[in-house]
Amino acid sequence: MPQEYKLILKHVDEPGYTPDIDCYLRHGGYEGLKKALAIQPKELPDGKKASPQEQIRDDVKLSGLRGRGGAGFSCGLKWSFVDRRSGKPIYLICNADESEPGTFKDRQIMHKDPHQLIEGMIISCFANDVHLAYIYIRGEMPEGAKILIKALAEAKAKNFLGKNILGTGYDLEMYVHRGAGAYICGEETGLIESLEGKRPYPRIKPPYFPAVLGLWMCPTIVNNVETLCNVKHIVEMGGAEFARLGTPNNTGTRIVSLSGQVKRPGYYEIEVGKATIGELINDPKFGGGLRDGRKLKAIIPGGSSSKVLKAGEKFKLKKKDAEGKDVLVETDMLDLPYDFDSLAQAGTMSGSSAIIVMDDSVDIVGALANLSEFYAHESCGQCTPCREGALWMNKALQRMAHGQGRAGDADYLVKIADNIPGGRTICAFGEACSWPVQSFVAKFKDEFVAKGVADEARRAKEVAVPGETKPLAAAHH
Amino acid sequence: MSFTVPANLAAEIDELITHYPVKRAASLMVLHAIQEQFGWISQEAVEWTAAKLELQPINILEILTFYPMLRQQPMGKYQLKVCRTLSCALGGAYQLHHHFCEKLGLDAHKHGPQTTADGKFTVEFVECLASCGTAPVMMCNDAFYEGVTHAKADEIVKECK
Repeated sequence: MPQEYKLILKHVDEPGYTPDIDCYLRHGGYEGLKKALAIQPKELPDGKKASPQEQIRDDVKLSGLRGRGGAGFSCGLKWSFVDRRSGKPIYLICNADESEPGTFKDRQIMHKDPHQLIEGMIISCFANDVHLAYIYIRGEMPEGAKILIKALAEAKAKNFLGKNILGTGYDLEMYVHRGAGAYICGEETGLIESLEGKRPYPRIKPPYFPAVLGLWMCPTIVNNVETLCNVKHIVEMGGAEFARLGTPNNTGTRIVSLSGQVKRPGYYEIEVGKATIGELINDPKFGGGLRDGRKLKAIIPGGSSSKVLKAGEKFKLKKKDAEGKDVLVETDMLDLPYDFDSLAQAGTMSGSSAIIVMDDSVDIVGALANLSEFYAHESCGQCTPCREGALWMNKALQRMAHGQGRAGDADYLVKIADNIPGGRTICAFGEACSWPVQSFVAKFKDEFVAKGVADEARRAKEVAVPGETKPLAAAHH
Repeated sequence: MSFTVPANLAAEIDELITHYPVKRAASLMVLHAIQEQFGWISQEAVEWTAAKLELQPINILEILTFYPMLRQQPMGKYQLKVCRTLSCALGGAYQLHHHFCEKLGLDAHKHGPQTTADGKFTVEFVECLASCGTAPVMMCNDAFYEGVTHAKADEIVKECK
């Protein structure tokens, strides 16, 4: 039976658990940091010495931790790309710009357990020789920013931050930086530009890989809130032990944000891959099923940018048979284990681990029009295909949603969507705005076509009769 | 320039600037601080900020015009921001927005900010506020509200004195 497994959310929502440092310390807080700072250089079999910092980085690599922000990239590998020979300072930024529609996990951590994040950040900074770090929190979380600023002051007062941390000679300053309502700031190079005080136009890669040319053209690590919290647990329990959680190549836990039309929407932490999509939606411990009398229509499995899954869809999933050979097993979308690799095999992604559930009451054209308005609003406008395409798609979809559909709209939308991504734009927003359109139209084409045909038929009947007058007020919006 | 900031805000801004090795990086935080004090960011405030950070006014203006939360004109005393994106829409966000607009005499078809004639309220749709599990959600200035029914919406308006 699938169970919640609370590693990051262990204390969050416990009665009496507060975001202040005394409460955190009573619950074993900052022990991971003390452990990290006490690590001694280690003699390796080949005669070389591994510094404490290298040992932590190796442990993070060993843990198999993958980024919790959306891309699911190996954290250890990301850290290994950092240019440590440039002589320039190395910076770390916590990406707390949680804004992928459907996602609300980092909010819980920052509001209810801010010191866990700060401890994870301090350890990560120590492991990467960082002396200045920022928490980039989205502007719409003023309360979260206040809580973090207070928590940073508390940590500094206890000398977990500042000069000569706990007498080790290690210095680290950390500040909160607030965004101001732009989704694109979640893209790491856009975030860096924003932090520098510019418009958050993402930078082109190459050459601007943050690990080499990041904040102020210095090597920079950008990690998600949940990812950085995990570092604390990796240090406390050891990378090998952490890797035992979850499933191979999908280690640890993930906080799943479940929203939309289920009985119990909410955030649920599970071992990665140890619950299926169906269990997350239907199990009484999780979503508790759909509203009475409703059937599942579709889900968006990993934040609004991920490709939609249609109820009843089947996928060929790679599994090991009894002899350990790879075999393809037909798997219903509800039986997909909720992890990075299974969802990738189903042609979508677990992204920011946010499931939006839609039942059979949902007008699928309207749902896509809703998302499309989001992307049209949030395109930064730097690259033509995205700036124009996101707006064209939205224009067509709003027209459809307001009764002005055309039979050819489905093909028209796909034609636009197909011409945005694939290296035509600087950042992945091009993909993010196209994937919903491509997948919604491909999987529900009959509904898009039927809507267009019906609208055309209705309008044909509205053709003016010669000599007839109509009051202007009756015109459509 | 007739723009002056009170001493406590000036001190706050000076402190903010120390957070960054490059002054320009403080722009966004300085604009937040100014907006908190004055409610919006005037041309004079843009010029003042630019001078403070040793920049050209265009460097500040270009970010002021980009970020939706930064305001180039005065807004209502109470800003009601209703989340519009999918999970909230499935949870009744459009009905909620409509309810506010109808109650306050504004146009429910407009998604952008609209301010009542007395300058008391601004209502607008905003994109995902990252609390999709408790849809529909909204903010009234810095306060955050979840699972907002129409009755709760009426209460929120009533509490705005």
